[in-house]
Amino acid sequence: MASVTASADMALPADWQDFLALTKPRVMSLVVFTGLCGLLAAPQAIHPVLGFAAILCIALGAGAAAALNMWYEADLDALMKRTASRPLPAGRMDRQSALHFGVGLGVFSVLLMGLATNWLAAAVLAVSILFYVLVYTVWLKRRTPQNIVIGGAAGAFPPVIGWAAATGDVTLLPLLLFSLIFLWTPPHFWALSLFVRSDYAAAGVPMLPVVSGAKVTRQQIALYTLPMAAAAVAPWPLGLAGPFYGVSAALLSLVFLVLALRVLANRATEPQDMKPEKRLFAFSILYLFAVFGALVLDRWMPL
Amino acid sequence: MDAAVTDPHEDERTRRQKSRALVMALLLGAFVVLVYAITIVRIDQQ
Repeated sequence: MASVTASADMALPADWQDFLALTKPRVMSLVVFTGLCGLLAAPQAIHPVLGFAAILCIALGAGAAAALNMWYEADLDALMKRTASRPLPAGRMDRQSALHFGVGLGVFSVLLMGLATNWLAAAVLAVSILFYVLVYTVWLKRRTPQNIVIGGAAGAFPPVIGWAAATGDVTLLPLLLFSLIFLWTPPHFWALSLFVRSDYAAAGVPMLPVVSGAKVTRQQIALYTLPMAAAAVAPWPLGLAGPFYGVSAALLSLVFLVLALRVLANRATEPQDMKPEKRLFAFSILYLFAVFGALVLDRWMPL
Repeated sequence: MDAAVTDPHEDERTRRQKSRALVMALLLGAFVVLVYAITIVRIDQQ
């Protein structure tokens, strides 16, 4: 009996861990946390089972958006060191699988949200997925240095969705939380893009440091920090949160501003000399966790 | 011609298919439990 060896390029099915990697689990943690805080800060209690389902849907929706982002950007990801090992550019998965997975997960998350909580929360979840995929990924990212300014809105939806899931409406506080994440996104991403500038330049992504240089980017980081701090503190004077939240948000925003001013003072052009930028990027993640955590503590354990 | 095709990735292919099937089964089980729990809570709330 003759034996014929199959060609080595016979495609293997993707591993389940590659599908998990498509959802960007690390980014998802911040999305889930802010969504949970929106849900817990709402004045109306939600049944734990429905609350769990709502947070699960926010996580699945974020995962779907991330998968569709990776599906669309596989060519870009292959050009950047930071993203070259993702399942699509590394050749561990075919693009069609990623597309089907992303669309399926997105539709599933929206339907489950509508059935478990209410259709307003489901609609906002659908808008957030479509905004990230169509407005940020397809339209803005490769066209303008304002990509993350406008695209940042996509990541700002989770507290609104969490609030809407609990209450069935959207009021001023969730809109302020939306504004906070919206205004936090540019300094957060521009700090990162300063020390991975060469990656973005190699891939032809018009991030601000690539298009306008490090000096302008540092100025913009400092400028955006001011309205971001105002949005963070605003719930206190408006009577939507108590003094614990107000003082916490003010102190954390002050530290953010000091770090942003250190970035502004830095003149380095090489990544290894960009410690202030790396410090601001790391702190910006902690900042968002801490401000939202303070809001929940303030709501549940008022002074 | 009586030829048998040998895939050098056969073991890896089988392993991935099995692990994907197992994960899918666990997820479907979790989904059934979740939908059941949601239904009970929604009925209680009416």
